[in-house]
Amino acid sequence: MFLGVDYYRIADLLSEDERMIQQTVREFVDEQFMPVIQKHHRESTFPMEIIPKLGALGFLGVTVPEEFGGPGLSNLVYGIVMQELERGDTGLRSFASVQGSLVMFPIKAYGSPEQKKQWLPKLASGEKIGCFGLTEPDFGSNPGGMLTNAKKTTDGWLLNGAKMWITNGSIADVAVIWARTDEGVNGFLVEKGMPGFTASKLDGKFSLRASDTAELSFQDCFVPEENRLPNIRGLKGPLSCLNEARFGIAWGVVGAAMACYDEALSYSKNRIQFNRPIAGFQLTQEKLVEMVTEITKAQLLNYQLGRMKDEGKAKHYHVSLAKRNNVNNALKIARSARTILGANGISDEYQAMRHAMNLESVLTYEGTHEIHTLIVGENITGESAFK
Amino acid sequence: MNIAVCIKQVPDTETKIKISDDKKSIVESDINFILNPYDEFGVEEALKLTDPENITIISLGPDRVTSAIRSALAMGAKNAIHIKTDSTPADPGITADALASVLKEGNYDLIFTGKQAIDDDHAQMASLLAEKMDIPAVNVVIKLNVENGTVMAEREIEGAHEIFECATPCIISAQRGLNEPRYASLKGIMGAKKVKIEEKDVTLSESNLEVVEYNYPAEKAAGKIVGDSADAVPELLRLLNEEAKVI
Repeated sequence: MFLGVDYYRIADLLSEDERMIQQTVREFVDEQFMPVIQKHHRESTFPMEIIPKLGALGFLGVTVPEEFGGPGLSNLVYGIVMQELERGDTGLRSFASVQGSLVMFPIKAYGSPEQKKQWLPKLASGEKIGCFGLTEPDFGSNPGGMLTNAKKTTDGWLLNGAKMWITNGSIADVAVIWARTDEGVNGFLVEKGMPGFTASKLDGKFSLRASDTAELSFQDCFVPEENRLPNIRGLKGPLSCLNEARFGIAWGVVGAAMACYDEALSYSKNRIQFNRPIAGFQLTQEKLVEMVTEITKAQLLNYQLGRMKDEGKAKHYHVSLAKRNNVNNALKIARSARTILGANGISDEYQAMRHAMNLESVLTYEGTHEIHTLIVGENITGESAFK
Repeated sequence: MNIAVCIKQVPDTETKIKISDDKKSIVESDINFILNPYDEFGVEEALKLTDPENITIISLGPDRVTSAIRSALAMGAKNAIHIKTDSTPADPGITADALASVLKEGNYDLIFTGKQAIDDDHAQMASLLAEKMDIPAVNVVIKLNVENGTVMAEREIEGAHEIFECATPCIISAQRGLNEPRYASLKGIMGAKKVKIEEKDVTLSESNLEVVEYNYPAEKAAGKIVGDSADAVPELLRLLNEEAKVI
C-alpha cells in the first residue's frame, strides 16, 4: 500500500474532505490499477475496464458542475486527483486529463446548451470517451501555423487535414478538433464514424505505453453546424484548454515522482552491499535527499497554485512555471531513482523506469519545457522570444 | 427497513505501534486512523438492503472517531450518531452497554457490526449486543438474505457452510466475502460533510477488565536457508520435522 510522501505535512493544509478524497484515489489506484499496469505497459494497451469506474467515482471532469454530471469540485481537488492517478501511471492521468480538461472543459466553456447536454454527462460517467486535436505533424509548439481547415458549406463544414499525437485518439467517441476557418480557428465536435474521419493508433512508443495515442485524419469530413463550438473563435480557445490540462500535469507528475522516491527509498533500505543497506551510503543519501527536497518544493508550489486558481488569480504563466519546474524535476527524480535500483531499475517489476520513460513525453507535451521557459520569460521581461 | 451499522475507528494496518512509557496504552499521536475494514462490509450490506436515508452509522469514542463516521457516510449512509467518550474503552463490555442503550432507542430491524476490530481483535461485539438487547446474532456472515422480516444468514464453518434463519430485529457480524465494499465517490465524500452527526453523551458502565500491560511481540529469529537445489530437500524435511515440528 502506498502511504504517500508528505515531508512538510502539506496534508495539514488540506480540509478533511480533501484528505479523504486523496486517500480514496490512492486506495483506488492501489487496488484497481497497480495490479494491471505491468501487463498493459508490456502490451501497450489502456485498461478500458477502468474507465466506467473512474467515471462512477467522479474522477473525470472533477470541476464540471453537478447539473452536467460532474462532482463540481475545486481546482485544488482536481489537482489532488491528478497527482494520485499519476502515482499509478502517467497514462492513467493522461486519460483523465484529456477527458476532463481538454474535452469536457471546452464543451462546458464554449459549447451550446445542446452540446453540453448531449456530451457532458456521458463523458463524466465514462460512457463516452473524448480526445482533443490541436497538434499536427508539422505544427507542435507553433499551433497557429495549423493546416487543418474547415470550409463552410450550406449546412455545415468540410474538414481537411491531420492531427498527430492524440491521446485517446483511437478509442474516442468524440474528438474536439481545432481547425482554421474564414472566421479564425474554430472548435468542432467530430464524432466517431463520421465519413472522412479516420483514427490510426500509433505503435512503437517507448513512452506512455499504457495510453492510447493516435493520428487523426480528415478528408472532406462533413461536420454539421450544430457540432461547431459556438462560443469561441481564435487560438485562445485551444490554449485555454491546455492551460487547464497543464495545471493537472503540474500536479500529476509529482505523483509519479512520489512513486519513484517511495520505491527507491524502500529499495535502498533493503538492498545490502558491503554488508550494509545502500541507504547508509552518502551518495545514495544525497540522491534521496534531492528527491524529497524537489518533491516537497513541487507540492508546495502546486498547493499555492491550486488555491490561486480557485481564487481566479492563477495566470497562464503561473501554470507554465509549475509545469516546467515539476515535470523537469519529476523526470530527474525518476532517472535518479532508477540508478538507486541498479540493474533492477531497468526491469518492469519496478516502477522507476516506466515513470522515467513516461515523463520523457511529459517533458515536451502540452508545451515543451523550452516553450514554458519562454512563456515565463516573456512575462517577467515583457519581451516575447517566440512571437 | 431501518438499519444501524456499528463501526469502530482503528489504526491503519501499516501503523507501527508504539507503547506508552507506563505500558498501559498505545501512543496515538502518529497513528493514521481508518474505518475498521470489517465494518465496511456492514456498511456496504446496509446500502444494498435499504435506502441510505434509513441507515444510521453509530460509533463510540473520542472526537477523532468522527473521521471514521465520515468515511462510512461518504459510502452513502445518511445518518450518524457519535457516542462521545474520552477514550476507547479497553473492556468491550462497556462499549456494548453504551451501544445497546443507544440502539434500543432506534427501532432498528438489522444491526451490523464487523466480525472483529482489527486493533484489539476481541470479536465480541455482536454477541455482547445480542445478550444485552435480548435479540439473536449471527456471527461471521458471508451471505445474507432479508425478506419480509426473515433473515437467512450464511457462515463458513470447518468443512461446511451453515445457514441460519432468524427474525428481525437481529445482529449480523460481517465477514470478508459478504460483499465488495464500494469506494466513496467524490460526490459521496462531499455529501458526507453535509450530514449532521448526532452527538450523545452516555454514562459508561464499570469496567470488568483491566489492561495490565502492553508488550511488543518477541523479535522473530532470522530465517535459515538450507540450500538452493533439490539436494537440500532431505535436510529441509528433516528440519521441518525435527526442529520446526510442523510435519
